[in-house]
Amino acid sequence: MFKSQAPPEYRATIDTDKCIRCKRCIQNCGWSVYDWGGDRVQIETSKCVRCLRCYHYCPTEAIEILKEETRFKENGYWSYNHIRNIKRQAETGGIPLTGMGCDREGTILFDHLMLDACQVTNPSIDPLREPMELKTFLGKKPSKLEFTKGKDGKRKLATKMPPNLELAAPIIFSPMSYGSISLNAQKVLARTAKECGILMNTGEGGLHEDLKPYTSNIIVQVASGRFGVNPEYLNAGVAVEIKIGQGAKPGIGGHLPGEKIPLEVAKARMIPVGTDALSPAPQHDIYSIEDLRQLIYAIKETTNYKPVSVKIATVHNVAAIASGIVRAGADIVYLDGFRGGTGAAPGIIRDHLGIPIEHALAAVDDRLRQEGIRNEASIVAAGGIRSAADAAKAIALGADCVAIGTAALMTMGCTLCGKCYTGNCSWGITTQRPELTVRLDPEVYAVRLSNLIRAWVHELMEVLGALGVNAIESLRGSRERLRGVGLDAQTLDMLGVKPAGR
Amino acid sequence: MDHNFQKDIAGCGLTGLISKKRERVSGSIIAKSLTLMNDRGNGLGAGYAAYGIYPDFADFYAFHIMYDVQSARFSVEEYIKEHFHVEKVEEIPTTPVKEIAINPLLVRYFISPSKGSITGDGNGEDFVVNAIMKINSEIDGAYVFSSGKNMGAFKGVGNPSVIAEFFRLDEYEGHIWTGHTRFPTNTPGWWGGAHPFTLLDWSIVHNGEISSYGINKRYLEMFGYKLALLTDTEVVAYLFDLLIRRHGLDVATACTILAAPFWKDIEDLDADEKEAITALRQTYSSALLNGPFSLLFGHQNGLVGINDRIKLRPLVAATKDDMVYMASEESAIRAICPAPDTVWAPRAGEPVIVELEN
Amino acid sequence: MFEIDAKDQYYRDLNDMVRAAVDKGEKEISLKNVNGQYYIATGLRGKLDLSVEGVPGNDLSAFMDGPTVTISANAQDNIANTMNAGKIIIHGNAGDVLGYGMRGGKLHIRGDVGYRVGIHMKGVKRQSPTIIAGGTAGDFFGEYMAGGVLILLGLDSPENSSIVGDYLGTGMHGGAIYIRGPVEQKYCGAEVGVIDTDAEDKKVLEKLLKEYCADLNLDYDSVMSRPFKKLIPVSSRPYGNLYAY
Repeated sequence: MFKSQAPPEYRATIDTDKCIRCKRCIQNCGWSVYDWGGDRVQIETSKCVRCLRCYHYCPTEAIEILKEETRFKENGYWSYNHIRNIKRQAETGGIPLTGMGCDREGTILFDHLMLDACQVTNPSIDPLREPMELKTFLGKKPSKLEFTKGKDGKRKLATKMPPNLELAAPIIFSPMSYGSISLNAQKVLARTAKECGILMNTGEGGLHEDLKPYTSNIIVQVASGRFGVNPEYLNAGVAVEIKIGQGAKPGIGGHLPGEKIPLEVAKARMIPVGTDALSPAPQHDIYSIEDLRQLIYAIKETTNYKPVSVKIATVHNVAAIASGIVRAGADIVYLDGFRGGTGAAPGIIRDHLGIPIEHALAAVDDRLRQEGIRNEASIVAAGGIRSAADAAKAIALGADCVAIGTAALMTMGCTLCGKCYTGNCSWGITTQRPELTVRLDPEVYAVRLSNLIRAWVHELMEVLGALGVNAIESLRGSRERLRGVGLDAQTLDMLGVKPAGR
Repeated sequence: MDHNFQKDIAGCGLTGLISKKRERVSGSIIAKSLTLMNDRGNGLGAGYAAYGIYPDFADFYAFHIMYDVQSARFSVEEYIKEHFHVEKVEEIPTTPVKEIAINPLLVRYFISPSKGSITGDGNGEDFVVNAIMKINSEIDGAYVFSSGKNMGAFKGVGNPSVIAEFFRLDEYEGHIWTGHTRFPTNTPGWWGGAHPFTLLDWSIVHNGEISSYGINKRYLEMFGYKLALLTDTEVVAYLFDLLIRRHGLDVATACTILAAPFWKDIEDLDADEKEAITALRQTYSSALLNGPFSLLFGHQNGLVGINDRIKLRPLVAATKDDMVYMASEESAIRAICPAPDTVWAPRAGEPVIVELEN
Repeated sequence: MFEIDAKDQYYRDLNDMVRAAVDKGEKEISLKNVNGQYYIATGLRGKLDLSVEGVPGNDLSAFMDGPTVTISANAQDNIANTMNAGKIIIHGNAGDVLGYGMRGGKLHIRGDVGYRVGIHMKGVKRQSPTIIAGGTAGDFFGEYMAGGVLILLGLDSPENSSIVGDYLGTGMHGGAIYIRGPVEQKYCGAEVGVIDTDAEDKKVLEKLLKEYCADLNLDYDSVMSRPFKKLIPVSSRPYGNLYAY
């Protein structure tokens, strides 16, 4: 076989003194790095993606996955990936594919924003022993309320409230379809959403029968492929999301190849087994903003006016686009920043298109306020939310809640190896191979994911307490509680945040 | 939207009284009450608001304007003459006191919008509010610090007794009074920074720092308010204006918004109240005043006292005959009403709403 | 027959009336004086006959699941969007993006249709959609087609004239397209093969077109008087080598 000019990225090693020949590494590796050589384990290191499944299951810690030292000569301009991609493209003529979010270094604005705390002039609040409210509602709010007075002199609400989604905490799970992730992974999300009083999202893969007990915590998604979409599906969840774009791959569609469409995926998507599942780049009934309005209301007519969310990738004119989406009748605008995850995206798209969520969020929140329509829709911020700190900062910039995908997958074992598109995920997350998906026990991993949500909830409460407020809405959009460190004047101005010290 | 502001931070003490039968009370009474709490301020700001003090001009907006420079007066008066009928102009009477070395020029105008100027809500209030916003934000060195009918604010840099003496408070009689002594931590000593803060007939005196200021400010900006003063108090006044005057909510509902009940308590309410308060919290979440505060809110028909929903700032109330008193400390009430009929401390977030009798 | 006068009605009110009638158990509903109201029959489910007099607005029968809708005049864009089951009969022409993501049911159009018709149609064994248009079609006919049957007849066109646009079946990876007339390979998507019909196809066409002719009062024999070409996907993975891993 032609040996690739691109050396392997990692070197899998086994200390033969420590190795007890239990073969667990062979069983666990989804990429067939290990094989049994009669008396010892043989290693084909070029297949290794450093997902650490083998390391985790090696009982004697004999395995070490190292960075391959045999590399191209170091170059400050031509990075390893530049050179490697050229080699691979020369060999295949193909577009280098990537998984997970953009991993390039560069200014991460969240890390340059610092939250405030109370000292003397106003008190901080003990978040454990005093009330602390994270309850959040997603959806359209009237700009004002009207009341009538009853005979008993008591007020009675006269305004008809638009439907809203109630969240116990300002965190939801980002859409990940059955097909891109395994059914067990979706079950982990669904169980956790129910357990924690939050929401998961089907992504564009239909609603599998097994998720039906969780529909009061599920948003169903409609995207360009219309997989699994029928009136029953649209009415199954608490809201419907129209996916226009994804932060990791703005402006391009999706393509789940036929070999990843086994029976169960096919049933959920309502397509034959083994056929390609193409999600075209645009939704072909939306070529313009009035068409979006048309689809939003087609869905509302079909669902007796459930909330409709519209998910977009954050691109250059995101503020104007979001304003249009709100005016088109969306109840929720879901902003997915360029750091957002994906199961598969061309590297050139993932790493070079779109803008960070921090910029987009600030611009959208500002624009909706300037136009006096901020109450018309909630903003979900997604695309690289790594921690409760990121969540708190996003909320302070103006988000109603954040959505997390990658962080949730990490609780299931994901180590960000970034090879989701191969369908070989050894942790059973981004694969449909039954021998791999069976590893992900929904009951066990829902506990871990619930732990994560609980931990973030506590962290958010700690932050609110330090800020001296006891309801999340008092942080929402309160950029006065943020300061920028090491950001230029223009960026600060754009974010609507003062520099530290002022 | 200007985000590059420096917020004003201050602590304070406050007091207020109301005669439900509209018996008029001398300003020296409220000054006596406030002076007792001198130590809650630091001498860098005090002020009073009074209702019922201008019965002869009750139909006119009484603009109290402070000028740092003479030229600002020309600009303002040119603007006022163009848009208002001016019934009377005079400098606000003052007595020189040695503690006040420099004071701004203080002028009051009794005016009404000239015919043809009014657009908007028809009764001219939006027009007047816009005029105030314009003067305060666009004319350097001029500041409208009082603008209601038959009411006025008197405030400046000094301790409570000095300000009362300077403004000759004993010469005014009103049926509602509020007073405020201030402990600013970073004020440049600007007279406009003192309380009360007023807009039209609303007046606010306020103790404590509003930790949700940032979002309250941005929420108000969505409705066109320009927050020039960068104080919590300004936010409170505008919120009352928005909720009561522009959205038509009653005082109790406005208070429910500003110091909203907790979700766990909302759960236990009857269906109508649960629905109403859930909708209020959803719709007006950005108007929730979070953090420590107690405040007195004076208006044409009454006086309201309220503190935050976990009681981080004090408020005491008392009654004597038709009088109701509210203050940061009980002693400030007893200084002017030694034997009240009842004295109580309102619970967190529960407003004391007193209305004038017809 | 339950009649509803749609004159000057906003779509929300009109569709509320239709839904109310359906809820009351009406099985035959007639809409008079329709002009431009969106979402007629959208999301409607169950057995039901709905006739429309006038030009209905966009997104007619989106997500529809069961009813039969008859349009006496022309119809606009986005008909049968993601439709699940039922039938739509249009006696005139229809616009762009018909049957987008359609999964089941039938769309019978007497006249011409616009661009992107039958785009991303898909089906599984028992549930398979059909669109039959009697006139001509614009570009991207059957784009991304994944299942079901698309038939274009060119009934009003001279023999051997082209009745369909460019990029025919581009992205097609399932289903079948039948064109009653010549098809040039250069106007087809890269993944499309053009073949002659065989006996099996004749059976498919007979079954579908007899019903179509009955719906629109056409003579079946004259419809069958010209030969059909069949378009099928020849590669299930046309972009298999697009990516480097």
